Amino acid sequence: SLNCLDWSLLTPATEEVLALAEEVKGRFQGDPSFEYSLAEINPEAAARLVQSGKEPVMKEEARLIATIEQIDRAVGIVPRGAFVKTPLGSVHENRHFEGLSLVEAKKLSSYFHFTEPTNLKNKTLLEKADLDPSTDFLNSLEHDIPQGKGSWSIQLEKGGSVVVLRSLLWLGLTFYHVPMTKQFGYVYFGTGEKNLDLPFML
Amino acid sequence: EGGHGPYQPHEPGYGLDQPGYSPYEDEIPDAQARMLAIKNAKAYLLKTSTKSGLNVYDHFATILTKILDEQPANTVDIIETISQDVKWAQFRKKMDTLRDEHLIPPTFEAAEKCKALFIKETGEEEHEELDEEMGEPALPNVMETAFYFEQAGIGLSKDECYYIFLAFKNLISVQPIQTCRFWGKILGLEMNYIIAEVQLREGEEEEEREEEEEETVAEEEKEMGEGEEEEEQKEKEPEPPKSTYKPPPEIPKEANGTGTNKYVYFVCNEPGKPWVKLPPVTPAQIVCARQIKKFFTGRLDAPIVSFPPFPGNEANYLRAQIARISAGTHVSPTGFYQFPEDEEEEEGGDTYEENPEFEPPPVAEMVESLAMWAHHVKGILKQGRCVWINPAQKSEEDEEEGEEEEEEEEEERQEETGQPLLTLISEDEGMKNIPAWTAQASTNLIPEYSIAILQSNRWPGAYAFASGRKFENIYFGWGHKYSPESHTPTLPPPAEAEFPSEPGITEAADPTVEEELAFKAAQEEALAEDEEEEEEEGEDD
Repeated sequence: SLNCLDWSLLTPATEEVLALAEEVKGRFQGDPSFEYSLAEINPEAAARLVQSGKEPVMKEEARLIATIEQIDRAVGIVPRGAFVKTPLGSVHENRHFEGLSLVEAKKLSSYFHFTEPTNLKNKTLLEKADLDPSTDFLNSLEHDIPQGKGSWSIQLEKGGSVVVLRSLLWLGLTFYHVPMTKQFGYVYFGTGEKNLDLPFML
Repeated sequence: EGGHGPYQPHEPGYGLDQPGYSPYEDEIPDAQARMLAIKNAKAYLLKTSTKSGLNVYDHFATILTKILDEQPANTVDIIETISQDVKWAQFRKKMDTLRDEHLIPPTFEAAEKCKALFIKETGEEEHEELDEEMGEPALPNVMETAFYFEQAGIGLSKDECYYIFLAFKNLISVQPIQTCRFWGKILGLEMNYIIAEVQLREGEEEEEREEEEEETVAEEEKEMGEGEEEEEQKEKEPEPPKSTYKPPPEIPKEANGTGTNKYVYFVCNEPGKPWVKLPPVTPAQIVCARQIKKFFTGRLDAPIVSFPPFPGNEANYLRAQIARISAGTHVSPTGFYQFPEDEEEEEGGDTYEENPEFEPPPVAEMVESLAMWAHHVKGILKQGRCVWINPAQKSEEDEEEGEEEEEEEEEERQEETGQPLLTLISEDEGMKNIPAWTAQASTNLIPEYSIAILQSNRWPGAYAFASGRKFENIYFGWGHKYSPESHTPTLPPPAEAEFPSEPGITEAADPTVEEELAFKAAQEEALAEDEEEEEEEGEDD
């Protein structure tokens, strides 16, 4: 929506569109029907599209969808314990989640990416023993590259009553959580561009 | 049983009070056995659990009491939660006898710090007198600015703004300040920075300058003393060849109160924490800051590890970024400021004053054309200063060798000119096809009260608004410039040749034995020829 009054539904993105959208750089124009000429950016993809009968352009709408999907996948995070996995494999909200404690809230390891877990099997046996399979089934934030400081900035605001995590990879993604309560969430305000200079900036 | 009296045949309960026909057939008919069964059941319910010391009977009793007391809606749906809550409550009650140590929650500590902001100062009467002398109130009206920016959707929460307001009040009472403005907030990894742009009163600045001069003089004397000692030592040892590398002459920083150092900046991590003054910025720092892109950590003494190596720590880097952002994005409606009439424009007048005859253009115009806005801070040249200076003029400590070379170099370095003050922002270049500024009105629905808002695309996070005579600039962000391409750090320069190639140092292959023999033979021949010549000459005689 451009004016918070008229909303249009976005169709989910396919993998091709996602890959293409990563090539397009620069700011968004603000017009969903603006077309990026792919011939300049990626001539191979343009050629492929032309062969399959479509025009070598990418609409801003598609780029928008792809960007949203990328952001959700890369930096959509939830606190530990907010979601549980049943033995059958389905994941749903934990109604008894009462929030993290203050001590836990300051640690990066108490937040998880809300996507398919990739590196759970790589952990050492020691770590696996501590895990609780119903709550620890997602990737933790600790292992986000770059190692060490990671790509997150974690701060306590208002004297410790709110913990705010900001992503450094997608500048503008802010996650908040009020410890000892059920409130958490994340929003994105920004230009919609990935921060590829992250390794130089830390 | 029997409490309802004999039922008439037409009533529903007829016949039910006879033994054998009552609805509760599965009950034990015999009264005695029933009592025993009840006792057994109750004993079972009273059985204490081995794990937690509770028993089902008490638990149920507490739950029922709670339900009957509170009478929540949809009780049966939340019965499990109620049960859990009761258990939890039980747990807590038992721990009371131990009395946990009273942990001070961090919220309390933070509130304590903020409390200092809220305390009224005792010397209020003195302050009122000073205010009358100065005329203009020095305290910026942060809340008003926050209100306008809120219409644009930018800004901090009202709470935080108010804390900042109070922190400013503290700053003014501590430091001798003439004018003061909330510059913005820069985010950092561990902590954020709240920045105040300040102009100190004139007397104070001179004092600082004197102090700085004394320091630099003392340092120079120290260096001279050390240099002499080193020379004495060097005379004894054979010196390694001197490097011909001469660092480019250091460009002096601009004086306090002009150019990039026009304002003094104070920062604090959070309102309530003490304000720290940032050191004035040097051109070398600005030039280096243009080449690196680093996150701020939030600690002013953190070192900046980068290439090219940044001369200074995070406080200097912060100051340099603030200078760049101010120079790039501080704008005001065109005509609001004008040059004073007796100032020559050639010099690139540094001062400006408010135009008393300024008539604010309507908001629609301000949004449509960028020519209605103008920079009121001088742009920074490539050199790192606002006013170009020829560094060769100032070098008094030249060595004898370099004079001729320097004269040649002088001609090469041309004077750099930047845009003069008060240029319109419509002349700001965009990057590729992205304009440098984006203008919007805050609302299309109520044009009478809408304000014009500018967003900078070169420095994402810099905003400006204008409404009638009021305008303001602010920055909320990470403190980096926007570049469509990724940032590539400068490559290290090729390694310098260590020594100039002289015959004494350059390597050459040792002559082989044959070459030596041949050389010897050639020499002997030459000698023999000479001898023969001499003999011949001798004979001639």
